[in-house]
Amino acid sequence: MKSTRRSFIQKTALFSGAFCLGFDWFQANGKEVSMVQTTMDSGRFNAFLAIDPSGKIILYSPNPEIGQGIKTAFPVVVAEELDVDWKDVEVRQANLDTQNFERQLTGGSGALKHSWERLRKAGATARKMFIQAAAQTWNVDASTCKTSKGFVLGPKGQKASYGSLVAIASKLPVPTEVTYKNRKDYQIIGKRTKGVDNKSVVTGKPVFGLDIEKPGMVIAQIIRPPFGATLKSFDAADALKMPGIVDVVSFKNKVAIVGKSTWEVMKARATVSCKYDSGDFDSDSTHQKWFDEGMKTDKATVQRKDGDFAAALARSAKVVEATYECPFISHSPMEPMNFFADVRSDGTVLLAGPTQVPQSAQKAVASLLKIDEKKVEVELSKMGGGFGRRLNNDFALDAAELSSIIKKPVKVMWTREDDMGGGIYRPAARYHFKAGLDASGNMIAFYLRGVGINAGNATRQDNFPVGAIENVLVESVNQVSAVSTGPWRAPITNFLGYAEQAFLDEVAEAGGKDPVQMRLDWLARVKSNPVGKITYEPDRFIEVIKQAAEKSNWKKKPGIHQGFSVYFSHLSYVAQVADAQMVDGKAKITHVTAVTDCGEVVNLSGAENQIKGAIIDGMGHALFAKLRFNDGVASPTNFNGYRLIKGNEIPTINAYFVDNGIEPTGLGEPALPPTGGSIANALYAATKKRLYKQPFEV
Amino acid sequence: MSIQLTVNKKKMSLDIDPNTPLLWALRDNMSLKGTKYGCGIAQCGACTVWVNGEATRSCVLPISAVANADITTIEGLSDHGDHPVQVAWDELDVPQCGYCQAGQIMTAASLLKKKPNPSKTEIVDGMSGNICRCGTYHRIQEAVKLASEIASKKKTKSTVKKSA
Repeated sequence: MKSTRRSFIQKTALFSGAFCLGFDWFQANGKEVSMVQTTMDSGRFNAFLAIDPSGKIILYSPNPEIGQGIKTAFPVVVAEELDVDWKDVEVRQANLDTQNFERQLTGGSGALKHSWERLRKAGATARKMFIQAAAQTWNVDASTCKTSKGFVLGPKGQKASYGSLVAIASKLPVPTEVTYKNRKDYQIIGKRTKGVDNKSVVTGKPVFGLDIEKPGMVIAQIIRPPFGATLKSFDAADALKMPGIVDVVSFKNKVAIVGKSTWEVMKARATVSCKYDSGDFDSDSTHQKWFDEGMKTDKATVQRKDGDFAAALARSAKVVEATYECPFISHSPMEPMNFFADVRSDGTVLLAGPTQVPQSAQKAVASLLKIDEKKVEVELSKMGGGFGRRLNNDFALDAAELSSIIKKPVKVMWTREDDMGGGIYRPAARYHFKAGLDASGNMIAFYLRGVGINAGNATRQDNFPVGAIENVLVESVNQVSAVSTGPWRAPITNFLGYAEQAFLDEVAEAGGKDPVQMRLDWLARVKSNPVGKITYEPDRFIEVIKQAAEKSNWKKKPGIHQGFSVYFSHLSYVAQVADAQMVDGKAKITHVTAVTDCGEVVNLSGAENQIKGAIIDGMGHALFAKLRFNDGVASPTNFNGYRLIKGNEIPTINAYFVDNGIEPTGLGEPALPPTGGSIANALYAATKKRLYKQPFEV
Repeated sequence: MSIQLTVNKKKMSLDIDPNTPLLWALRDNMSLKGTKYGCGIAQCGACTVWVNGEATRSCVLPISAVANADITTIEGLSDHGDHPVQVAWDELDVPQCGYCQAGQIMTAASLLKKKPNPSKTEIVDGMSGNICRCGTYHRIQEAVKLASEIASKKKTKSTVKKSA
């Protein structure tokens, strides 16, 4: 790991006369903290913690904010250990700085897990230095001093604000050993902290990518070809004559309409006609054929093998078999894709906009334009959702390529139709399960084959109950398509979790077992006598399962049909019980109980938002979402045909967290994978009809 | 031909294509970026503004149709960001990504103008035309209730003040 942090910090400052602690939230070896002597520097703010003499505390949050709340959660941890009043903290978004940051990205629910220790250390180190500064001033032993809400308190009632100690503290050596607060003394961690951007959101401040305005900027929309098709020709003669149109250009099978305002571009675009080659492009029938072939092939990749599945199945008293299938779906964040790029004549590039992975954008654009990465600057905007879509920088590349062609700063805006029709979907997949049960109904053999289209390995071969079953075979087949795919909130597991948890419900039923007890029995087996590699902690699984059963009154609610599921992903554990009721002859999910173990909950308000949001997201997509394909073209492409869940379709949700004080793990994704399973199982309990395909309602 | 209208209490005169949707006139011609584009076909509600006090989808409304009208956008809902709905939205920490919230807030504030004390069903029905992809619906519904309580307290206070 490179460590340029120290030299960087020395030349960085926020305010003249401020105390700045430079610490690194990203470097793997960056757990140390060093102090900065400050001089006025107008430029690049990346020291994360600064306290000016007035006592104002400024924290720079480097990770892209897509609604997961990281811009609030990170500073909460620092403020806790620093022991300051949250209202004195101001949080600002840092831009991309690859020299000093690593993991400046949003994905995989990994930010808090990665940075927890670094954040605490930064806060605790600064706090210790203020204590030392005060002790020196009062001529007392530092051990006799305490802190409270941004003040150091002396043994004889002395009191000094951190702000008043800045000058002295900034000259002290940085301590190497610090102690952290006892979690029972937490004032901010675990409490409800409001989002730091709430005020700008509720007053309509221009904080999103689509709101970006830069001097000389033009606006563009891009017509993209059907998947797999080649652009043969286009006719833009009419468009070019229309008011406000600057240019119409073509690159990489795309046609870009460039103009002065959004509406002028939209109007002109409607007059452009494109001709493509004809070919055997993807249709739904193509995908079905690939699934069938993938299920039959003897060339599947073995992902995991424990014992001898075939032999165990042959001696089973009962075999359960089922096929589950999910379609391609769109991410559809409320803010469609967009990006700003200015490829300048001096060889520098400014990129600005919503991306979950700014460093990848920088690299990709530098590579496209064949220039040094250092010449590409990336400004981060707030994102109107991402759900994984903004992990792919196709939108940034388009903007940069277009800017390089038209030699102007340009904001490329995707319409909803462009966004939904333009690819990088959740891959479609089909799963085939087999379970062999012995005479007592115990599963002795478990088989899964996942066939995905552009899904890579469509399975997660180490998923529970693997580890508890003697004979296991997990295989995957990947079919390659021109339809582009990418990670979608909880990649693969967003549907695999549903399929697995629904199948296990069938296994429990066939074996005459209670779905909760069956899992607890398996976990007892994992603890005493595990089979092969174990990637999860059985005790944490057991705890969420027991709590969910208890809090949901599992199978003790008359007239309520319940479905159970539990999932481990992104290092967190979530157990769910969904309640279904028959309303006017139709089964309806009325309530979901969710128990989560994500270790320490940093911000209870944000955590609840993530759990409830993920459940609503998982439920909405399980019920409604589907893209169809015809000759390389996806449909529907807007919300009139592609249904998102609405406020009158949601169940009540109780979200509970296991209070164990373990260091925090991911929360943006883990509650989604178990959702499809809990609701499918509840709907089965109500209707006795298994749901093998997403969406449940077409 | 220029079109006259009042936006957030300011008189404006625009010389643009009369078919321009109000949404794009606000965002591109008046630099009011708080009103959001989500679908362009009046399905999601992100573009909700008030036209003569009525919550309206601005993405399909040509500017010519609002000549001489009185428009209120999220930027003009209150002078200091302290409309009861805005206060409640912050208080209950409603936003996740925040993108749809301007439209949600304009819809909620309009609902409360008509029904200062809405029932749970009235809140759910009144807010269900606005999509939130992050799934903040529970808190949206709770915040509308809270906003109605804040507003009624404010009202009581000002009545007391006047009579005193």
